[in-house]
Amino acid sequence: MRAVTRVGGTAYPWGAKNVDTDVIIPAHWLKTITRSGLGRGAFETVRAQPGNLFDDPRYAGAPILIAGDNFGCGSSREHAAWALADMGVQAVIAPSFSDIFSGNAFKNGIVTVVLPQEAVDRLVEVAKTDPVTVDLETMTVTTPYQDRYTFALDPFRRRCLMEGLDEVGLTLAKDTVISNFEERLGVERPWIGHGRADDAGLAVEGAGRA
Amino acid sequence: MSSSRTLYEKVWDAHVVERRDDGSCLIYIDRHLLHEVTSPQAFEGLRAAGRRVRRRDLTLAVPDHNLPTTARTDAAGKELPIADRESAEQLAALRRNVAEFDVPYIDALSVNQGIVHVVGPEQGFTLPGTTMVCGDSHTSAHGALGALAFGIGTSEVEHVLATQTLILSPSKTMEVRVDGTLGYGVSAKDVVLAIIGRIGAAGGTGHVIEFTGEVIRALSVEGRLTIANMSIEGGARAGMIAPDETTFAYLKGRPMAPQGDDWARAVDWWRTLPSDAGARYDKVVRLEASDIAPALTWGTSPEDVVPITGSVPAPDSFADASKRAAAQKSLDYMGLTPGMRMQDVPIQHVFIGSCTNSRIEDLRAAASVANGRHVADGVRALVVPGSGLVKRQAEAEGLDRIFTAAGFEWREPGCSMCLAMNPDKVPAGERCASTSNRNFVGRQGPGSRTHLLSPAMAAAAAVTGRLADVRELMG
Repeated sequence: MRAVTRVGGTAYPWGAKNVDTDVIIPAHWLKTITRSGLGRGAFETVRAQPGNLFDDPRYAGAPILIAGDNFGCGSSREHAAWALADMGVQAVIAPSFSDIFSGNAFKNGIVTVVLPQEAVDRLVEVAKTDPVTVDLETMTVTTPYQDRYTFALDPFRRRCLMEGLDEVGLTLAKDTVISNFEERLGVERPWIGHGRADDAGLAVEGAGRA
Repeated sequence: MSSSRTLYEKVWDAHVVERRDDGSCLIYIDRHLLHEVTSPQAFEGLRAAGRRVRRRDLTLAVPDHNLPTTARTDAAGKELPIADRESAEQLAALRRNVAEFDVPYIDALSVNQGIVHVVGPEQGFTLPGTTMVCGDSHTSAHGALGALAFGIGTSEVEHVLATQTLILSPSKTMEVRVDGTLGYGVSAKDVVLAIIGRIGAAGGTGHVIEFTGEVIRALSVEGRLTIANMSIEGGARAGMIAPDETTFAYLKGRPMAPQGDDWARAVDWWRTLPSDAGARYDKVVRLEASDIAPALTWGTSPEDVVPITGSVPAPDSFADASKRAAAQKSLDYMGLTPGMRMQDVPIQHVFIGSCTNSRIEDLRAAASVANGRHVADGVRALVVPGSGLVKRQAEAEGLDRIFTAAGFEWREPGCSMCLAMNPDKVPAGERCASTSNRNFVGRQGPGSRTHLLSPAMAAAAAVTGRLADVRELMG
């Protein structure tokens, strides 16, 4: 994963509430078996409207998106994060995010910045004409004016973002503690590993009973 | 400091592999469900890094999202190709990946195939006190049996495949208690819509919900699955219901449930899981059953809930300015005007199915309304069983004949019209009474208009051609 310490530049001054993942990337774009190229489908239904924000040349290629409450609600599709990354978005600022989306964003090097509604309202205004900067070093969002908003981020996530760490690799290094846990699990809850899923075992009459 | 713990805290504690300095934990995952849409890039990641699947015995794959719900074989039993090239490729990729990584797999042609969240409980793969994940947000459904179950993204799918763990921070807890006895014609779907209407689409963000109270206790596992399924529509990544005798009776004898001595040991442990008296939740919400009526959504967020006896709200009626703006946009999209009675709204499509409402009890409820009636002129109504086994059971009970005689289409199992990834879609500008879980803009197809409601209410809409109060058609 690419390391990120600072995201600065133009920002889409959107502010919309409850932006769901079907809006970020409609389902028909999910039939891909790769991660790339989804930027073309990002916000397709919004882009179908004339004069929309995402096709406004003032914000073309903006690395920051400013949105309202509950950004990324709905489906768990990581395609939403892939689509944002593919269109060049590296940070999203909102009063709240869906839990699944913020995890997916983080895994793709996108910083999710939670700020109070008043701060988001102010940034939406500023971003119409001026750039915005998200800094992971100082944990602040700033503008060319006197705005300076501090935000919090899970320390582990912050470190992974700033160092561009591979989480699977990090966890695989814990192989021994995982194996120890599995040994204990086998003794304490032996039924967990017993779920045989070979086809013969599945085709049992009456499994669909009421 | 009391040592009383909630159901969630007990399941969490039993799965901590390692506690980290920052408060997050490495959590062991007992059960991992895969489907074709959110897994290809995860397998690709494993392949690129030369990694293997750590615990194939804790993993189960089944295709559901892309599958057309029309016949899958010809008269000779030969598999029919899927017309949509991309869907066919994604389904083929799942077959290739499960073969390459030796992952247990239920094929599209198996009678056991179905929507991943119907298959899990039905097979006994879902168990109380387990941690369970799937690259699908409605994984929250499995919490109905007392599992800590939640949706994950594809990077996390890859992480679980490779390590059988996830790095998670503990969630806050929220009790949603529903007291009393449900009124005539009120179902589990109406309860969960009422809950989401109350807490809002982001009300549960950062929380795991535990559903408690007499109403929840009195529900079958199927009704509980409907409720836990929609936890995510209230912003909660997971929703749980304490396991009880109803849960154990449901699971006993299912193909992948523990057998013999293991069964007895498991039940002993499961009995220790319900929240202790005196356990504290970060948030508590209470609802009275007598306040819950057959309900449905009017807008484009699952929180836009109104009783069927109600009217389309005026945007001005909302206190919050951003909600007012959102409501106006929703009404424009939905083609509704404030003050219009919900029961006067005509519909063109009915969808009975999805991981929320496609189980045998759902089909029975819909069939009891459809029986002896006929789908209204100009309405297309689909019934899509949640799995091959549900379909077989329904056919054994004659429900398919009730539906087809009434003019409903009886289809093959899959996600169908819930999410517009397969041929079952609602055309732009047309309106669907749907038992699914999301009424988002474009969810059932570009420009589609969705009203979420219960299976019985959907059947009532089908036979009247409008949104209707099922109580007037019952009894």
